[in-house]
Amino acid sequence: MPLQSLDILRRSATTTPSTQVRAPVEVAKLIDVTTCIGCKACQVACSEWNDIREEVGECVGVYDNPRDLSANAWTVMRFNETEENGKLEWLIRKDGCMHCADPGCLKSCPSPGAIIQYKNGIVDFNEENCIGCGYCVTGCPFNVPRISKQDNKAYKCSLCSDRVAVGQEPACVKTCPTGAIQFGSKEDMKEVAAGRVAELKTRGYDQAGLYDPQGVGGTHVMYVLHHADKPGLYSGLPANPTISPLVSLWKGVAKPLATLVLAGVALGSLFHYVTTGPNEVAKEIEDEIEAEDREKEDAQ
Amino acid sequence: MIRDPKDLKRYTASERANHWVVGMCFILLALSGLAFFHPAFFPLTQFFGGPVWARILHPFIGILMAVSFVSIFLRFRKLNLMTATDVEWLKRSREMVTGDDHNMPEQGKYNGGQKMLFWVLAIGMLLMTVSGILIWRAYFHFDITLVRLGAVVHAGMAAVMIALIFVHVYAAIWVKGTIRAMWYGTVTRAWAKQHHRAWYRQVTGK
Ligand code: HEM
Ligand code: SF4
Repeated sequence: MPLQSLDILRRSATTTPSTQVRAPVEVAKLIDVTTCIGCKACQVACSEWNDIREEVGECVGVYDNPRDLSANAWTVMRFNETEENGKLEWLIRKDGCMHCADPGCLKSCPSPGAIIQYKNGIVDFNEENCIGCGYCVTGCPFNVPRISKQDNKAYKCSLCSDRVAVGQEPACVKTCPTGAIQFGSKEDMKEVAAGRVAELKTRGYDQAGLYDPQGVGGTHVMYVLHHADKPGLYSGLPANPTISPLVSLWKGVAKPLATLVLAGVALGSLFHYVTTGPNEVAKEIEDEIEAEDREKEDAQ
Repeated sequence: MIRDPKDLKRYTASERANHWVVGMCFILLALSGLAFFHPAFFPLTQFFGGPVWARILHPFIGILMAVSFVSIFLRFRKLNLMTATDVEWLKRSREMVTGDDHNMPEQGKYNGGQKMLFWVLAIGMLLMTVSGILIWRAYFHFDITLVRLGAVVHAGMAAVMIALIFVHVYAAIWVKGTIRAMWYGTVTRAWAKQHHRAWYRQVTGK
């Protein structure tokens, strides 16, 4: 990725600025949950383009298949039945990485360059640099990254960074037969969403709205929801996702401070030694013991 | 150095070996752990055959250290019970640090500072082991909040323990004649009389 490497906003475990002279436009994927029919064409396209195959599972009586995200399934459809306004509703959400503007995964990762955030907003895992510690799983507010059992590396949706880099839309977007997944600049996608939300409101979905959670600085995968007031209905989509305060505490200013304190203790010890000198056994005590020994010998 | 047959025995060979196992594990854990702690330390992974090996090895070394520390704990816990003299010693530890230890209260085998270190390290080892297992993703899958808590405790306690061990090692270097106690187990009578007079009286009967 020689040219894309000029578009890097942030890099995990890196304290100096990344290469970012270019300023590509911020992109977003808009998933209109109200238009999705749950056909899973996007799952198949993802599997095809990225050339990953989850093992064929078993039917457990629900449509969810595979049942969860994995190193080989970067997006899955989650189906939930609920009763809203006295009617049965079948809510289907395409789950996967949200490409947060403030990514908890990247904040947590200890390996330089294993996670990068492009200036266009895509958060990408660079498995070559991944050490398999799982800190990204600890940091993600959406429970997205998965560690492969095969190679102990972390995997997740790349928003088809390879396709986007050459001006194409992600594979799932390309495939969706109902147009429920759209891709473009984040600005444009917000506009498209606003139009759709207005339309849903005229059809009686008073709480329709856009899901672009500001707790993580907004996301580069957004949802149009009929019940934006209750994201939890959509198979546990978090209402106010943020990087956990525990993760912020763990990865915040405490660490550089602790590093300085450790350096201070080491240097403090050195300077203590050179200023007060070693704590030697006193000459008088040595003499006392020698005198005792001599007395004893004389007595014998 | 000529070893005087009248030197006092402070540690048995098995106590020394036990201490060295814990000490070496601790150094390896601190080096590999710090590598994940902050990017400034990431190059330390090279001591372990690269970052992936550092990630794999660290928790196993941790388990070895935890087990060896249990043994140290059982051997030394009785000797580290705090007494009123220890509290007195701790209150006046400033005098000790400035290098003037002539008026310090008489100490048994361990002084108040050493005993404090023993108990803080014991609690630290327990917290490090529990939190370390919570964040050991390769083999365990705990609730996410527990894992996050584990990460905070592990990183925070690691910094505290590393600072304490700096002080522990420095104290041994600063007080001349101490390190040999961990090499071959003996100290001179003068050393004992100066730094641990109550222990000196007890073992020599003087
Ligand atoms: C007692 C048993 C211990 C266990 C089971 C353990 C386990 C772990 C694990 C699983 C990790 C995550 C990285 C990896 O997967 O290798 C880790 C990180 C770490 N460990 Fe330990 N460890 C132990 C003891 C220690 C000790 C004694 C120290 C300090 C000298 C230490 C310092 C660290 C540090 C600084 C980190 C990085 C924390 C961070 O990223 O914020 N560990 N440990
Ligand atoms: S959803 Fe999770 S994995 Fe994706 S960018 Fe946000 S924190 Fe990272």
